[in-house]
Amino acid sequence: MFGAGGGTSSYREMEETDVVLLWGSNARETHPIFFHHLLRGIHNGARLFVIDPRRTTSAQWADRWLGLEVGSDIALSNTVAREIIHAGLANRAFIDNATEGFDAYAASVEPFTLAEGERLTGVPAEAIREMAHAFARADRAMICWTLGITEHHTAVDNVLSLINLALLCGHVGRFGSGLNPLRGQNNVQGGGDMGAIPNKLAGFQDIEQDHEARARFEQAWGVTIRPTYGWHLTQMFDGMEHGELRTLYVIGENPAQSEADINRTRKLLSELDFLVVQDIVLTKTAEMADVVFPSAASWCETDGTVTNSERRVQRVRKALDPPGEARDDMWIITEIARRLGQDWPDPVAEDVWDELRSLSPMHSGKSYARLEELGGIQWPCPDETHPGSPMLHERLWAEPRIGPAAPFTVVEARGPFEELDADYPIRLTTGRRLESYNTGTQTNLYSSPLHRGESLDLSPEDAERLELADGEVARVSSRRGSVEAPVRIDPALRPGLAFMTFHFPDQVDTNQLTIDATDPKSGTAEFKAAAIRVEKIERVEDEERAGVAEHATVGGQQ
Amino acid sequence: MSELLLAPKRMIELEIDGQSVRVFEGETILGACRRLGIDTPTLCYGDTLEPANACRVCVVEVEGARVLAPACSRKAEAGMKVQTDSERVRHSRKMVLELLASSVDLSTTDEIPGYLERYDAQPERFGPPAPPDPDRDRKRTGHHVEPDGQTAATVYAPVKIDNELYVRDYSKCILCYKCVDACGEQFQNTFAIHVAGRGFDARISTEYVAELPDSACVYCGNCIAVCPTGALMFVSEHALRAEGDWREDDQTVTTTVCPYCGVGCNLELHVQDNTIVKVTSPDDHDITRGNLCIKGRFGFQHVQARDAP
Repeated sequence: MFGAGGGTSSYREMEETDVVLLWGSNARETHPIFFHHLLRGIHNGARLFVIDPRRTTSAQWADRWLGLEVGSDIALSNTVAREIIHAGLANRAFIDNATEGFDAYAASVEPFTLAEGERLTGVPAEAIREMAHAFARADRAMICWTLGITEHHTAVDNVLSLINLALLCGHVGRFGSGLNPLRGQNNVQGGGDMGAIPNKLAGFQDIEQDHEARARFEQAWGVTIRPTYGWHLTQMFDGMEHGELRTLYVIGENPAQSEADINRTRKLLSELDFLVVQDIVLTKTAEMADVVFPSAASWCETDGTVTNSERRVQRVRKALDPPGEARDDMWIITEIARRLGQDWPDPVAEDVWDELRSLSPMHSGKSYARLEELGGIQWPCPDETHPGSPMLHERLWAEPRIGPAAPFTVVEARGPFEELDADYPIRLTTGRRLESYNTGTQTNLYSSPLHRGESLDLSPEDAERLELADGEVARVSSRRGSVEAPVRIDPALRPGLAFMTFHFPDQVDTNQLTIDATDPKSGTAEFKAAAIRVEKIERVEDEERAGVAEHATVGGQQ
Repeated sequence: MSELLLAPKRMIELEIDGQSVRVFEGETILGACRRLGIDTPTLCYGDTLEPANACRVCVVEVEGARVLAPACSRKAEAGMKVQTDSERVRHSRKMVLELLASSVDLSTTDEIPGYLERYDAQPERFGPPAPPDPDRDRKRTGHHVEPDGQTAATVYAPVKIDNELYVRDYSKCILCYKCVDACGEQFQNTFAIHVAGRGFDARISTEYVAELPDSACVYCGNCIAVCPTGALMFVSEHALRAEGDWREDDQTVTTTVCPYCGVGCNLELHVQDNTIVKVTSPDDHDITRGNLCIKGRFGFQHVQARDAP
């Protein structure tokens, strides 16, 4: 936020805050140990508001569940903002001292009366009002979110709308108040930290605009760095479509099953001139590759670091020898560099880290010895006497303010890219379950009583209307593809809303249904909002079906 | 990080076994004993839960108090005078150990042989174990049968292996309730287990003695993490022990970070013969405080289930 991409607070603050807005997140299942800290806050008296189309297991802990229509997040936040402003609950002193752009923002939310908010979001006006007042009046308040905010074609605007709410009430930069994206993968934050994003060098130093930083990297590496942004994933697939990207080197990702509109993805991957995949298991993407590098598992077969959702860099350590010919990622990359004629030394994780520390000021103070001693260090940590930063943006509270003002951003409330219609009348949203993870390449290799395979979760009302019984296999279709999935009746869903995961793509290929409408700024696809049709499959007699089964399978693969 | 957020604390002074000691206000007598290097036996103490205060092997004598106090939970007070090795303390610890060891299988509680010897405890003096009670799991309050006085009643119950992840062997349960606390409001807030029955029939149970897959259990294994006697155990550990191949001395323990979501839970991988046999999390790390979810606790198997390339 405000320059550096990371949450502003520490988990521990969740235990001593007063109000929590958990927005587009089922943290009880997707971030269970973060939720432990939140539960402790609840036991200490915090009020929890869960904003989610589904009445999730997280929502079961809430004082209020705001079951908004999928993709109406900005309409809801704008309504909350207008109510806060009109009730005289905005923090004028903070706004005047620390922010800019308030007047334009206030004008932009003016049309979002409570009644209009209810119409746009489906959330009762009274619940919106209650949340607005609770948030604004709290001494301390947190906003936490996950992919329910970011897997939309309005991802960046959704986040900005939440930042607006925090600025409006001064709920940032103080203990117990902050803005916290919960990262979905163990090193998503670290990927950003390390510059594995198209527009930044390590330490969030802009590749186009920060000439001084770029010069430092050029000098250290003895190369010239082009001062232009690269492509994010979505732009890469567009590049493949236009023939501009012909070779792909995929490390630790399974796009052949994880991308939205998967049929298009597979077609583009299959048309590449050359595909290299480096992974710990032979994924579906690896099966398509020209070359596969089996790699060691980075969390237990190699040394290194990862960064978590509270910006804490922590050590990962080698506990096991990797199987067979699998090699450390660092070793593979170094060997490739050597075959390309570079004289790289044998890689040592701590040496690589020390080079990073010499180039990224926010990490400079984090030696391996200190990471060990302190159990990880939260950035920024500019030198070896610095204890790390449990909180960000305290400067906004200095009077006079230190540094640039935090800007309000006017955001437009736009619904999901794909609207519902008579042909595709049901909203499909996707997500995760407690015991599983992403495309299941890891979690489908252990079994537990919680593993129950893919299902199409439907509201009891929709199931009854479609004459579908629990467990019955139904046909699910979107404009992009069609799959069969067993129905699971879930009272947490409202009529018109369906839910699926993408954990079992070999069983049900959910991403044939999802849409790759993407946010132009973040490149994130709208996994959370597709339009689908659900149909009962008219079963033929068993004998007949046995006779045509072979036929059907062949047909399905064409 | 955490020390940045802690308020300063006052020091107080007390006397233990004639020695003066200064501790932080709020510390327990056990904490004070440890500062003095006084080795105090404990079974149900030792992680990040509130002291369960159940096993009573840590009792001490506080001057002026009518009854013995559990050192693990009793707060130290300024001017307190404590005896940890008086006749009364030794007698009480011995009796507690004899009652526990005669009724519970403590074969996987590492501290027990040392404690029994130290206090000259003789659990065998209650006679041979009584025949197992086949209905123990379904005993209802008020139906206790008088013992015959010739044999030692036990908490024996058949080992429960009803899922792929962990084993419940309540013959080893000392009823410290720590699993209940960890599953309940202190950490996990799932409330899958509780104490059923009363008196000697008390035991840890799911609702209506349901098998775990039919219970509210979410397989975080946070109950295993706090179990002091090995009544709750990874299937992998249980199997290796059954084969006589559990070799703790040959195991390495490496701390790393969970490969799944972005919370950053620290995992301690217990590795024997290049295979992960158990996963714990450090009690003293403030992200997890010893707790994990099903993926962190049991989701490691992919690294050893994959084919060698």
